[in-house]
Amino acid sequence: MTGPAHATAASTEPGAGAPLLEASGVRVDFGTRSGPVAHALDGVDLAVHTGEVLAIVGESGSGKTTLARALVGLQRPVGGEVRFRGAPLDYSGRGLRRFRREVQMVLQDAAGSLNPRQTVYESVAEGIRLHRRVAEDDQGRNEPALVAAALAEAGLRPPERLFLRYPHELSGGQKQRVLIAGALALRPQVLVADEPVSSLDASIRGEILALLLRLRRELGLGVVVVTHDVGLAWNIADRIAVMYLGRVVECGSTEEVLEDPRHPYTRALLSVVPEIRRLEPVVLRGEIPDPAHIPTGCRFHPRCPALADGSAESAGVADRCRRVALDILPAYGEHRAACHLDAVTS
Amino acid sequence: MSEQRAAQQRAVQQPAVPSSAPELLEVRDLTVAYRTDEGPLPAVRHVDLIVHAGEVVGVAGESGCGKSTLASTVLRLQPKDAEVRGQVLLSGADVLTVPWGELRALRWAEASIVFQGALHSLNPVHRVGDQVAEPIRVHEPGVTEDELRTRVGDLLEQVGLPRGRARTYPHQLSGGQRQRVMIAMALACRPRLIVADEPTTALDVMVQAQILALLGDLVSDLGVGLVIISHDLSVLADVCDRVLVMYAGRVVESGTAAQVFHDPLHPYARALSDAFPRIGDQAARYAPSGLPGDPPDPRDLPPGCSFAPRCPRAAPACTAAEPPLVRVDALGTRGTGREVACIRVGEP
Repeated sequence: MTGPAHATAASTEPGAGAPLLEASGVRVDFGTRSGPVAHALDGVDLAVHTGEVLAIVGESGSGKTTLARALVGLQRPVGGEVRFRGAPLDYSGRGLRRFRREVQMVLQDAAGSLNPRQTVYESVAEGIRLHRRVAEDDQGRNEPALVAAALAEAGLRPPERLFLRYPHELSGGQKQRVLIAGALALRPQVLVADEPVSSLDASIRGEILALLLRLRRELGLGVVVVTHDVGLAWNIADRIAVMYLGRVVECGSTEEVLEDPRHPYTRALLSVVPEIRRLEPVVLRGEIPDPAHIPTGCRFHPRCPALADGSAESAGVADRCRRVALDILPAYGEHRAACHLDAVTS
Repeated sequence: MSEQRAAQQRAVQQPAVPSSAPELLEVRDLTVAYRTDEGPLPAVRHVDLIVHAGEVVGVAGESGCGKSTLASTVLRLQPKDAEVRGQVLLSGADVLTVPWGELRALRWAEASIVFQGALHSLNPVHRVGDQVAEPIRVHEPGVTEDELRTRVGDLLEQVGLPRGRARTYPHQLSGGQRQRVMIAMALACRPRLIVADEPTTALDVMVQAQILALLGDLVSDLGVGLVIISHDLSVLADVCDRVLVMYAGRVVESGTAAQVFHDPLHPYARALSDAFPRIGDQAARYAPSGLPGDPPDPRDLPPGCSFAPRCPRAAPACTAAEPPLVRVDALGTRGTGREVACIRVGEP
């Protein structure tokens, strides 16, 4: 069990100070062999500050994993830019190597992300070697000391006992910790975690989430968590960005977005989460449309319950919903939703 | 969905079946152990389970707790190296001992199973319509091709797919659509019991809600019994009438879905329930709840209560003997009561 609430640790005011890592109007396209281009990210603003936990919430096909990859420089945007400490990302080999010391990604599926023929020590040391930190760091620590420190920070104690273990000898939770240790070994400022607990059992899940909170508190890390799980966001996130079909459709503090959702998509999404009892379930028909054919007007309008039940019509915005595209939501600041109906009703 | 739930509950609250009539499914003292080079690996230990018609029963637990072994043993689909003791009675017939021919008749027609991972359970080179038709061809050899086509179309419509999808291949369908095809196949021979093993695990929340609503409708419309196996207690709490929680091969708690999810008695059930925070619950803000340690190796179970090494409430007495599963309420017909295997229940 984790200790009492660390709410006080979340001292960062959302939007206070300059963002550490920032996306601005980011667009990512994927060409298909014959068909039209898929707009996986269609203009996204997003920012994470020092010591802040930001959750990107969405279903598969929303673009959340592509956004995570763009944030760590694995995916080069065709439009807009990613900035670290205010400077646009340098996509040269050297620039990226320098950047990745600061911004590390933890992939989903811990079991599949570790090399089965590498020991824990080698897995964690690989990053250090890749980034030419072989000799000693500024505190005079050599490679084994750095690996041990990273494992200990990830909650694997005593670290030396795990050095020579192979992934198959570890439990799911331990594997996820080794992956996190590998990311921590480079002393990054930001951790981007893609579905960090989705492949883990329920009882292990809380321990890994508590670890992310501890890292933010003790090391001041900025953390971006990509997830489909709003309960996870409620557990650890300061702010939430809800994605739908390549755009952020609602963002704000976790309390604002989850307790007072304003976008009809967010409301529907929350209404079907089993843990939320107070919302009448709105089960949307169908699935997220093909990103090669983004609907005109509001991208959510073909599935929007507010348009279907006539409330958009009676508010006089139904035509705008079908024809007028919405602006990109700003990366931080007050609680906002990209919705024509919300614009006239709130 | 609340209407269906009410319908389900009505079905359950009907007067208990006279004791002479066999239950739809009754699992009695089931123990399954796998033979391995390192000795027997007990996967399921002394499990009892009763499912009535029109009832949804959930089995919750983590990887390795034995829930999938339980699901496959209900249809005698357990691997060859499994040693099975106990009884699995499907409308009174013991699945584990009936002759092969009779077993084939029971499978699909009496009970069918929806496996997890619809992507891998469908054959990629056959049209989905042919795959849905296959159990009917096998079980009802007299059916004409025309009848078959009509029935497949009806089945697809029943699971919310257009009839025309019969001509598509699995890769042309989304994950949710494939899961619907799997359910159509399970319904093909009009079974009275459906076992769904992690039916929504790989699906998004919205698609998961669609599939759960579909399963709920089928139970209330067709009056079938449904067993849902899942690692996600919150999903089970939403759709089930009763829930059993398994740990290290045993049932450690059973009761109504609301009891087990909202007021769990066993510390492990409590941990599972707390792992899925209620949105709005301030106590869960910045306080994710988890358990230290990992589930035990089934070949090397700790003495006494298997959960004791991870249990926040463990006392010295907990390691003395394995706590029996005992009734903690007086109400309910057979197989519907509340039970828990923890000696510390009721203590402060």
